[in-house]
Amino acid sequence: MTMTEQNQSLPDAEALFASLKAQMAPAIAFNAKLVGVYSGGAWLADRLASELDGEHEVGYIDVSFYRDDLSTSGLKSNVRSTQISFSVEGAHIVIVDDVLFTGRSIRAAINTLFDYGRPASIQLAVLVDRGGRELPIAADYVGAPLIVSRDLMLALSKSDDGKFALTTEAWKAR
Amino acid sequence: MLSKKNLQLNDNGDLHHLLAIEGLPKRIIERILDTAESFVGINEREVKVVPLLRGKSIFNIFFENSTRTRTTFEIAAKRLSADVVSLDVARSSTNKGETILDTIANLTAMHADMFVVRHSESGAPYLIAQHAAPHVHVVNAGDGRHEHPTQGLLDMFTIRKYKKDFTRLTVAIVGDILHSRVARSQIHALTTLGVPEVRVIGPRTLLPADIERLGVRVFTSLEEGLKGVDVVTMLRLQNERMNGALLPSASEYFSRYGLTPQKLALAKPDAIVLHPGPMNRGVEIDSAVADGKQSVILPQVTYGIAVRMAVMAILAGSAR
Repeated sequence: MTMTEQNQSLPDAEALFASLKAQMAPAIAFNAKLVGVYSGGAWLADRLASELDGEHEVGYIDVSFYRDDLSTSGLKSNVRSTQISFSVEGAHIVIVDDVLFTGRSIRAAINTLFDYGRPASIQLAVLVDRGGRELPIAADYVGAPLIVSRDLMLALSKSDDGKFALTTEAWKAR
Repeated sequence: MLSKKNLQLNDNGDLHHLLAIEGLPKRIIERILDTAESFVGINEREVKVVPLLRGKSIFNIFFENSTRTRTTFEIAAKRLSADVVSLDVARSSTNKGETILDTIANLTAMHADMFVVRHSESGAPYLIAQHAAPHVHVVNAGDGRHEHPTQGLLDMFTIRKYKKDFTRLTVAIVGDILHSRVARSQIHALTTLGVPEVRVIGPRTLLPADIERLGVRVFTSLEEGLKGVDVVTMLRLQNERMNGALLPSASEYFSRYGLTPQKLALAKPDAIVLHPGPMNRGVEIDSAVADGKQSVILPQVTYGIAVRMAVMAILAGSAR
């Protein structure tokens, strides 16, 4: 825990979640599938599916096998299993992630989905957009934009009672 | 010679070559098994390939023939999107007098990123790893009587799938322990993962004299050794051993050490049976056991692909 700190200046993640949900509620298909990117996006997808009206099946993606930085960053030590139990073919899918930054994870998530089938559409919902894009990727639903120093990693955490919070920490050295 | 441990790990303690299970920390073995778990799902999809190793060149160099092991490494590499070339060196340039290191130097000049090496001499993969360029990774696909680490790892993966917790298991390894690189890898993996009782069972002539040193219990009676075990792993009896003075005959071996349903009944009722293949039915294992409910021999083959994918992906992500 030495590197992690609960920064007072960070916005309340629960308020951002409410804002994100309010934007999605009138806009997404009643049967849109919600695909969360591990780990923060998976928690968000679960909460959204239970709180939004409609029939929203949930899937989970670990993008580790689709990343473009294996030679520089190595393989993450705790790779999770991608779980897509519904048919991607012809589905309306919303990818859910906690933080949109360079766009590389989302590129990898889209490629992962296409190895399961050809979706009718893919949208992107993120809790926080911190800018810094390195690819032409934009979110359809954003809890809030946020300016964070490039030296800090911003991520979502979940407490034992299921409440969300944003935390920053220094990027882990390789 | 560098120590085996240092040769396998880079300065950050990450796996850089996979040469042996001996000396591998538990955290590395568990990381490989956990990563393999994620690859099992990839192998069940319609599109059984991920782009992780795109642009990497993997050379399978088999100085000793083994169609099956070579094929599983090829499939694993292809499912990671690597370019894979298999060389049957057993019948090519070494026969013309080229040394191993010259073969490796030539392949490195072709921009190889990884070598998967099978050799009849113990230690050959170490020699290659010692002389390899810093960016090149070496995987031991079986060296002499020494080790066959990916087989050991896929056996651990299979055992974990069926038995979950290593720390309450009794595991028996049956057969030709003396000549078996698989047995050696299994013993090191099982003890590192905390299995409290590892037994080796076989005729005295096929047990190494100092095998107890590895922390195993020795049995020369199959019936005694199987009592109460959770896992039975059978070893292949190589036909060439029959020609020497080590064994009287295949049929006598089967009557004393062949795994039949009657003998398996001495193990726990939910015991599983492993075999690294290829099997000699009627020599070390009865068909009724090989094809029976307790056999996990074919799942071993399936999991072997995921485990080899995990090893290659982890190695390719390590720098030195």
